[in-house]
Amino acid sequence: MAHVPVPEGMPGIRGLMAYRPETALPLNQLAEVLLQGPSTLTKGERELIATYVSSLNRCTYCASTHGAIAKHHLNDADVVRQVREDPETAPISPKLKALLRIAAKVQQGGRRVTDEDVAAAHAEGATDLEVHDTVLIAAAFCMFNRYVDGLATWAPDDESIYDQIGAQRATQGYLAPAKPLA
Amino acid sequence: MPHIPLPEGLPGITGLLEYRLDTAKPIREMTQVLLRGPSTLTQGERELIATYVSHRNECRFCATAHTAAADLLLGEGETSRAVKENLDEAPVSEKMRALLTIAGKVQQSGLSVTEDDIAAARRQGATDLEIHDTVLIAALFCLYNRYVDGMAAWTPDEPAFYERLADRIVNRGYTRPPEGFANHTYTSTVS
Repeated sequence: MAHVPVPEGMPGIRGLMAYRPETALPLNQLAEVLLQGPSTLTKGERELIATYVSSLNRCTYCASTHGAIAKHHLNDADVVRQVREDPETAPISPKLKALLRIAAKVQQGGRRVTDEDVAAAHAEGATDLEVHDTVLIAAAFCMFNRYVDGLATWAPDDESIYDQIGAQRATQGYLAPAKPLA
Repeated sequence: MPHIPLPEGLPGITGLLEYRLDTAKPIREMTQVLLRGPSTLTQGERELIATYVSHRNECRFCATAHTAAADLLLGEGETSRAVKENLDEAPVSEKMRALLTIAGKVQQSGLSVTEDDIAAARRQGATDLEIHDTVLIAALFCLYNRYVDGMAAWTPDEPAFYERLADRIVNRGYTRPPEGFANHTYTSTVS
């Protein structure tokens, strides 16, 4: 049971956002601009960063939700599974691998990111803004993951629930009201 | 030196928030709601949570800035120093000690917070909303600390810089000044 009273049947961050709408609004706006806004990284690539960091933080709800959103964008469940297991052997671009290495460093601590990590991403063609956004997406999921698990919210076992949330968020973004779960 | 070129003369988080205004806006607004909005926790207590988490994440810029803000709000510097050094002995209420303990767990991982930690805070009178906000403030500073250090943002050494910054975030808050930061650029005075 969650540590604060959230509406029944609302898993993960959904329940928390219903509990405190004043903080839900900027949280959703941040997710929208980072994951859905204009970018030279595809929506699928950005959701893979979110999924990977959430996996490293062992946040079941966020990793499953953003994995489902990435799957929807990429139309490929295998690549999502492979990135969660080991990005180095996943069928993704060298640039995204270099960015995911930076994201993994951010997950451990900001000070872990080295000049060499950033130079390696630049060498694979990553722009300054892509490096910035990777660091901020990784940092944001270190927040979201702690929020969701620190308050012990419900993480469903049923994969079809994540597929419903994934389809809605991938097509409607993060500012649309949460659709009731079937 | 920062990992990417950032606006000149704006140390720490300020340069990052000015680099990308559309991501900065919700981050600033969330901080304003959590640290300056209506709450049964004082602004000083909320700054202590930010200070404690930033200190544990070894983020020198954020820890120094929020220490200065907490000290200004509390009117003394002993509490923030003691909280960072040894929470068990710090001169804070038992409720704050229990909430800071939760914040310290969140800093490690959301999964580290236990039912016992929450029950202990409730026994000292913490409300659901105070527990919620403590967890979210701690989580937010896990974002800030990683953003600032992950980009290797400029961290000045001079205490005078942090005193001016504290004056701004205490007296003007966390939202962006309408005129921007052109009049707030900072040049290190140490050669």
